[in-house]
Amino acid sequence: MLAYILRRTLYAIPILIGVNLITFVLFFVVNTPDDMARMHLGQKRVTSEAINQWKTEHGYDKPLLINRGASGLEVLTETVFFDKSIRLLVFDFGASDDGRSIGQDIRQRMWPSLAIAIPVFLIGLLVNITVALLIVFLQATYIDLLAVITLVVLMSISGLFYIIGGQFLFGKLLHLIPVSGYDGGLSAFRFVILPVIIGVISGIGSGGRWYRAIFLEEMGKDYVRTARAKGIGERLVLFRHVLRNAMIPILTGVVVVIPILFMGSLITESFFAIPGLGSYTIDAINAQDFAIVRSMVFLGSLLYVLGLLLTDLSYTFVDPRVRLS
Amino acid sequence: MILPVALWTDQLVFVLVATVTALFLYAKRRPHLRAPWRAIIERPMGAVTLLVLLVYVSIALLDSLHFRLPVKPVGDKPDRETHYSVEVLSVLDVMLGPIRTHDEKTYSAPFATRLFVQESMVDTEGRDRRVYPRLQYGGAHLDDESGRWADVAVRTGLGSLYAVLAWSALVLLLLLKMARRSGCGPGEICLDIKRGRLRPPWRSVLLTLLLIMMAIAILVELAPLYHVFGTDKVGQDVLFSAIKSIRTALLIGTLTTLIMLPFAIMMGIMAGYLRGFVDDLIQYLYTTLNSIPGVLLIASAILLLQVYIDGHPELFDTDAARADLRLLFLCMILGVTNWTGLCRLLRGEALKLSSLSYVEAAVAFGVRPARIMMRHLLPNVMHIVLISVVLDFSGLVLAEAVLSYVGVGVDPNMHSWGNMINSARLEMAREPMVWWSLSAAFVLMFVLVLAANLFSDVVRDIFDPRRGRG
Repeated sequence: MLAYILRRTLYAIPILIGVNLITFVLFFVVNTPDDMARMHLGQKRVTSEAINQWKTEHGYDKPLLINRGASGLEVLTETVFFDKSIRLLVFDFGASDDGRSIGQDIRQRMWPSLAIAIPVFLIGLLVNITVALLIVFLQATYIDLLAVITLVVLMSISGLFYIIGGQFLFGKLLHLIPVSGYDGGLSAFRFVILPVIIGVISGIGSGGRWYRAIFLEEMGKDYVRTARAKGIGERLVLFRHVLRNAMIPILTGVVVVIPILFMGSLITESFFAIPGLGSYTIDAINAQDFAIVRSMVFLGSLLYVLGLLLTDLSYTFVDPRVRLS
Repeated sequence: MILPVALWTDQLVFVLVATVTALFLYAKRRPHLRAPWRAIIERPMGAVTLLVLLVYVSIALLDSLHFRLPVKPVGDKPDRETHYSVEVLSVLDVMLGPIRTHDEKTYSAPFATRLFVQESMVDTEGRDRRVYPRLQYGGAHLDDESGRWADVAVRTGLGSLYAVLAWSALVLLLLLKMARRSGCGPGEICLDIKRGRLRPPWRSVLLTLLLIMMAIAILVELAPLYHVFGTDKVGQDVLFSAIKSIRTALLIGTLTTLIMLPFAIMMGIMAGYLRGFVDDLIQYLYTTLNSIPGVLLIASAILLLQVYIDGHPELFDTDAARADLRLLFLCMILGVTNWTGLCRLLRGEALKLSSLSYVEAAVAFGVRPARIMMRHLLPNVMHIVLISVVLDFSGLVLAEAVLSYVGVGVDPNMHSWGNMINSARLEMAREPMVWWSLSAAFVLMFVLVLAANLFSDVVRDIFDPRRGRG
């Protein structure tokens, strides 16, 4: 068991190095620090002194991969690759283009993100599974057909429309809750509730369909037929047998997203002006702040790899066959 | 003479059309390939959604035939060399003629005859007054503005009438043709259609066709005289932008797949069949790519492209070419983030298939691995490819809107639903609200995505062997 966990953890290392290489190539080789400096200083009349000064200020003035001017280990460490990419591995994110510490910003902004992402995740999970179970329970009735059609319709609406519609309905028309903004402490509740509701509703379409497909597939298996043949009631079959056996496919999809919740939702946060990591990323994209985008790419990949690891571990708890092999 | 222009994406569209046509002709002669497609159009849902999708596709195709008009030489000097306008037009632009050119000053509501914002004007007595000025084109044919709704109603009725007449003629032709083929009387067949007894389901198809024809005929009647969906900030007809956005959406939905498909199929089958080192490498590749958050990867790639485009303005002779390169690049980078899912599925299937006895028999006969993969594995995983292509389509159309909203989607000057929604964000905050461009984008996008989702359900039902043909 321990060896299994250790092996899976070791798998993560080459992946993270790969991610780092890809981002490095994207950010520094395809697009040199000179280009970045020129873009930040404006296109016209940029002197090479100004470019060099910008590069020195932001720490891009070293060679990219190998510093031939240095001696010893510094051949490798006194480079942009070491400064900007390898340091990410020990969570040293450096400073953004306007001089703020990215690590500090992330620590501060993760709480609003989590305040929305976690409720959306938990309530959404509960609602989606309930809806799917209900539909499967009412299989082959008109309600089943109607519900399935409703799910397709819900799924076909872009998430943007849910947000715009929700803001319009609850904020502007009914004046129930503030349209956007955020506040610390308990008063955050007022600002969080609308994004959470919208997040849950916009997920029902695809989520409900996904769980329904899983349950239906389980329903077709032999153990269900056996259970029915023994005379077990439909309700018991569904909750006792199908729900439990469906845990494995459900876990595959669910556990992997848990760490990513941390990243927040780009769209929701920027629409509701919530100072989380999602809006942080969007602002960085719009301001073309490569340092922040790079840090977020690394953080996102790290969390995804963590998610994969957790998925593997969760199997060992749910499915004894995995534990034994 | 006009100068035909084939943008990069146009050329890919032509490749795509050629491929689909070739596959169609290939499948047509083979009963085992024809059967599932026949089963799709024999389901009412399949036939109806296919019809709706075809309407969208034909609009997008018309919009992919681009050309540049010659500029009239200045003065009387006969110019030996003709110069061409920098504006790239498409066949669709010409067909939409009046809607494209009827630009107002700024916002105006649907069917409005006056602008949405006040302007100061000097009246006949020389006093400054704030008035809502008449529109230049919207409802300009009316002498009396109060009669505009009556006029709209009359024209709507007229449009529907034309549509019904054309439709009836079409149905009559169809009835006669079917009667001749089957030997029954037209009346009998008419009854069969009405009761929904025939396969393919003519009743649903004809009703959908009637709806589509009516919508088109009414728009043809109304759109040249009014702004059916109002006008946007710079006074452009919203209906025009919404229709032009169809091409962008369909291109993102299809070209992305076209670009990534060869890689996904090749790598998936190779990983599953060759195993060992190759398998490890390919798995490592897609896990790594998959672990980078998609939006961020796209964002960084698009930012970089923008730097490149800004740095090399001499490479692009028209704005359209620049926007086109960005669209193509977006498709490519979306392909990079999207191929992993299909590749994983194909790897699993190839792994399963390669242990089956027919593959083992082929190995025993000494068939080379490349041939086994091409001839024995590829045809047997095609249903997975098809299902995933159709399933991905609607997701990609939705993704375009989100990406354009984030600012890393298509060029901000390109017509796309994402850009329309993006600008609607500020419009919704106005008092009174400007709701029409959002609604237009919503309606057209919703119909397309819904049709694609329903169609993909039917395709999956029929092609997925695990599902019963119920």
